[in-house]
Amino acid sequence: MAAVVKRFFDSDLWWSFKRSPVTVLSAVVALVCIFGAALAPWIAPHDPFDLASLNLIDAFKPPVWAEDGVAEYLLGTDDQGRDVLSAIMYGARVSLLVGLSATAFATLVGVSVGLIAGYVGGAVDGLLMRICDIQLTFPSILVALLVDGVVRAVVPREVHDQIAIFVVIFAIGISEWPKFARTVRGSTLVERNKEYVQAARVIGVPKLRIMATHVLPNVVGPVLVVATLNLGLAILSEATLSFLGVGVPPTQPSLGTLIRIGNDFLFSGEWWITIFPGVALVAMVLSVNLLGDWLRDALNPKLR
Amino acid sequence: MRKLLMAAALAMGLCAGWAAEAQTVRWSASGDPNTMDPHSQNVGTVTMVLQQIYDTLIARNQDLGLAPGLATRWEQVEPTRWRFWLRDGVTFHEGQAFAAEDVVFSVTRAQQPTSNYAIYVDTIDRAVQVEPLVVDVITTVADPILPNKIASLMIMSRSWSEAHNATRPQNTRAREEMFTTRNANGTGAFRLQTREPDVRTVLVRNRDWWGWREPASREANIQEIIYRPISSDATRVAALLSGEVDFVLDPPLQDLNRLRAAPNIKVTEGPEVRTIFLAMDVYRDELLYSDVRGRNPFKDLRVRQALYQAIDIQAIHRTVMRGQSVVTGTFFPPQVNGYSQEEDVRLPYDQARARQLLAEAGYPNGFEVTLDCPNNRYINDEQICQAVAAMWTRVGVRTRLNAMPLAPFFAKIQRDDTSVYLLGWGVPTLDALYSFQSLLRSRDGGQGNGIWNYGRYSNARMDELIGIMVNQSGAPRDAAIREALRIYREDIPHIPLHHQMIPWAMRANFTIPHMANNQPYFRWARMN
Repeated sequence: MAAVVKRFFDSDLWWSFKRSPVTVLSAVVALVCIFGAALAPWIAPHDPFDLASLNLIDAFKPPVWAEDGVAEYLLGTDDQGRDVLSAIMYGARVSLLVGLSATAFATLVGVSVGLIAGYVGGAVDGLLMRICDIQLTFPSILVALLVDGVVRAVVPREVHDQIAIFVVIFAIGISEWPKFARTVRGSTLVERNKEYVQAARVIGVPKLRIMATHVLPNVVGPVLVVATLNLGLAILSEATLSFLGVGVPPTQPSLGTLIRIGNDFLFSGEWWITIFPGVALVAMVLSVNLLGDWLRDALNPKLR
Repeated sequence: MRKLLMAAALAMGLCAGWAAEAQTVRWSASGDPNTMDPHSQNVGTVTMVLQQIYDTLIARNQDLGLAPGLATRWEQVEPTRWRFWLRDGVTFHEGQAFAAEDVVFSVTRAQQPTSNYAIYVDTIDRAVQVEPLVVDVITTVADPILPNKIASLMIMSRSWSEAHNATRPQNTRAREEMFTTRNANGTGAFRLQTREPDVRTVLVRNRDWWGWREPASREANIQEIIYRPISSDATRVAALLSGEVDFVLDPPLQDLNRLRAAPNIKVTEGPEVRTIFLAMDVYRDELLYSDVRGRNPFKDLRVRQALYQAIDIQAIHRTVMRGQSVVTGTFFPPQVNGYSQEEDVRLPYDQARARQLLAEAGYPNGFEVTLDCPNNRYINDEQICQAVAAMWTRVGVRTRLNAMPLAPFFAKIQRDDTSVYLLGWGVPTLDALYSFQSLLRSRDGGQGNGIWNYGRYSNARMDELIGIMVNQSGAPRDAAIREALRIYREDIPHIPLHHQMIPWAMRANFTIPHMANNQPYFRWARMN
């Protein structure tokens, strides 16, 4: 184990990471977001879901540095007296969960389709890639809206609230998979004609096994880059859906829901209810995207 | 000379045409009417559009007093017989001549089981045509406030309704769809031109309307009304500020100061004859949406009182309503005949007492319940419910909030598919009986009895008193109302919250009288 860690710190990856202050900074921001979100139930100052802890007297308190701010509510409170900071931490939790799950789902589907298309080739390749092409002509947010709308129409309201989060994960995942499929197919086409794959084929290794154990490890680099960049997009898609009121149910507010609720108070001067969730969303997506950019450059041998 | 005259006439015509173009009022509110049927939903959001299209026999003037409408005069010829003399020469928008048979038809239609307007025709036995333009309404008992009720009954064309298979009101509860869901044909000041549910409703001026000659309407110049529901508060305000709409019926309270300060925008305000309250299912033996099994906690007066005393109404008044409400302990405001100051007393806010009462009733650990709430019907309705849910949860009644738009909300509570819900009740007749009979009378199948009593509250003495209100007048009636109000205070069939204040926001060049029933009457409006 120690050897692995040592190998990592000796690697080119770590070297290029250390050399880029922007990357280090974004890694720090991303870590803060992820820890803040993941550990929300333990480190958040209040529990925004516990109705019994809400007090209407505390509604519309501004952030601590403003005139009427109180230390108990660092970033102020919303119209029901909920602590904005805690709401952001819990909201980021939902956003991250949806973003990560949707990306994982898209990766799973995309990589499988790409591997099969690239390795099997022929008519299968043609069919799968045309499906990809068709879906790429729709903006992914439209696909997500369509999926969500259909489920909403089919499932009764009570059930929908319970499965809403899975629907959103599915909707975003299904709208993002073609990118993975195209990337993997391209790399697979290159790999399948290399000697080690041909050697494996000659000694009679089954197709599925070649795909999984020989080709897959060698195409994983680009997938990692696409996945990182896509994580930011997935979080944004979820925020957009929730902002439009079709995402996660209001009982599990994500960052997008918080921004939508706060939006109603923009004109009346209570800016902190919507601005801080917005800032949190930007920080999260930007840091993840910068990390993705760095990863792409660092893994590209031509740029070394 | 003749040519000159013609040219002048043409020029004037062009000017008039241009002016007409400018007299379009673009109007917005948060909710959209859930039907165009005039007897299917007794809901303000529906009425606010339909009363522009349909006339009533008796109209309301700007002080909400009675004024001649489709009837030019009326008289109680016998204790149980009212005679109405109808206006001559009135036609419906689609050309049918208005006559006595249309009145008979409309009364009968409002009495059908699918009607939500039975409360206005509850004492009516039948309507009969005496002459082509004279109608007698025969009541089962002597009804002193019949004209007040008739003033809310919209008159349809019999031949049009029969031709379109709409001789009974649309059944909204069963989510039925029929011709009148999207079409309307009245005699009123405006004609329905386009109806796109939840998107756009366009009304155009009915040039032949009889009322344009009345003094109140002589200055009115609205040619076209475009109604567009915008449910997001911020978007609705932005639309008004940017000039995209001219008139907002329900500007969000948090933005009033900004709107008042904005150039070219004015805010008119006043109290509304509408009370917001919470009603509980006190009928079922087991609540539909609760974790209590085998018994219904709301049947216990102590539980109702606990929930009442758990509500910090001053906090709601100050924070949620931003001071734009009148806190109350009863269920109709002072403008309504029968109001009594002594009975308008709230139980004090006292969380410790609430917990103690719950424990005494056998719920020391509280229980769970779902609160049904509209989110685009009353001012800040969802926020009120959120605040109430938090307050109840704090005393142990863990409250799940189920907020939804008005169309599914009303359909849900009208199927009695609720355990506790928020409702706002306006009193168009300005008489206490309307509220008592609709909200608190046992539902026994009698016309109008308990038709909005979805908690199915039933109290024999209350029913008796309501009977007195229907039958008698003068001192015995006043005494009955007073006693009924005391029962309301002591038996807690509802938890009253407040009377609404209703600010209207509009562009400075638009004038419309502010009405305590929260209904905009564009027949009196002017756009400069």
